[in-house]
Amino acid sequence: MDQQARILKVLRQVTGKEINPGVDESLFVSGLLDSFALTDFVSGLEEEFGVSIPDSDLSARKFDTITKVSAYLASKG
Amino acid sequence: MAYLRAFGSWLPQRRVSNEEIAPLVKATPEWILEVSGIAERRYADDSDTVAGIGLLAARDCLEKAGLTAAELGMILVASGSSDRFCPGPACEVASGLGLSSTPALDIPVSSAGSLIGLILAAQLAPKMGPVLVVGAEIMSRRIMLDFEGKNSAILFGDGSGAALVDAEKGFARIADFCLFTDGASAETLFVQDGKFSMDGQAVIMQASRKMPRAMNELLTRNKVAPSDVEVFLLHQANLNLITRVASTLKAPRERFYTNIDRYGNTSSASLLIAADEWVDAHPEGISGPLVFSAFGSGLNWGALLAVPIPNTQATG
Repeated sequence: MDQQARILKVLRQVTGKEINPGVDESLFVSGLLDSFALTDFVSGLEEEFGVSIPDSDLSARKFDTITKVSAYLASKG
Repeated sequence: MAYLRAFGSWLPQRRVSNEEIAPLVKATPEWILEVSGIAERRYADDSDTVAGIGLLAARDCLEKAGLTAAELGMILVASGSSDRFCPGPACEVASGLGLSSTPALDIPVSSAGSLIGLILAAQLAPKMGPVLVVGAEIMSRRIMLDFEGKNSAILFGDGSGAALVDAEKGFARIADFCLFTDGASAETLFVQDGKFSMDGQAVIMQASRKMPRAMNELLTRNKVAPSDVEVFLLHQANLNLITRVASTLKAPRERFYTNIDRYGNTSSASLLIAADEWVDAHPEGISGPLVFSAFGSGLNWGALLAVPIPNTQATG
């Protein structure tokens, strides 16, 4: 499973829905995520990808789209 | 060793409803209630000062404790909305109590300031004598009641709270605490040039992780299960945040005392106002652990655990 598919898997777990957002679709504007759900999403990403995401990175700007999440995870090595 | 001996509070008379706020910020009353859990808040009069309303809560607390101001060893005053940055309101509160040499220090930390005060008081009381902790906020002067300031304007209200921490006696023993600061996100919540600025989304995200983490750490190392806590007394930031924290901790939501629907977010005063109301409603005393937690500018956050004292009745 490629990285974007794994991100989508986490997103589906958090929202509890079989969603298929576009990779550049805003997860906030579309209503899929809010501030509370983002913390679940981040926790899910930490578990799925084995990374530690510091609280100071909890910004909607970094996690607004699947493309941005993918870029963020890539930056974590 | 230190004990919680009494709490006190004061709230302005003027009630400000969502119906009054909504048109100013181009929102609906229903939306304000939905995103915050707040139905109304209180605003101070133009003649009120942060030190002045702090003094009212201080007097209420001392009266409930049956202590005179002269018996105080120290005063700590938390405020993120003080009328003057330096000196802050602490010296005026002390003066208002008729004290001319008792040390009185400011804690200029919005929202988390009173928790910091309680934690410092627990350490200082054995050396200094009874420590009065005051949280006083007139946030209505720091917000912008317009569309641009909407996310803050809907939340904040004015009020003051106080607590007396004593090394000799009280209704609950302060058993442990944890306190943290992370300046990397300081720009998400600050007061500058007299105006309050908040990245509400970032603050909610940070708080919903940091507060449960702090409480979990405290409870785990003291071998207390969340379900065994009699009441969680949290900074009243946002009802949805409190519900979220309860869910993360897997603690019964009904154990989290809330009054945010009536007073809004009174920043550093809220923790002490909530504690005062809860203690007043339980004159029989406490039977289980109390957990206090707050999150605020800095970012500063933490938690405090207080436990019952066998055969001791509440002073309040």
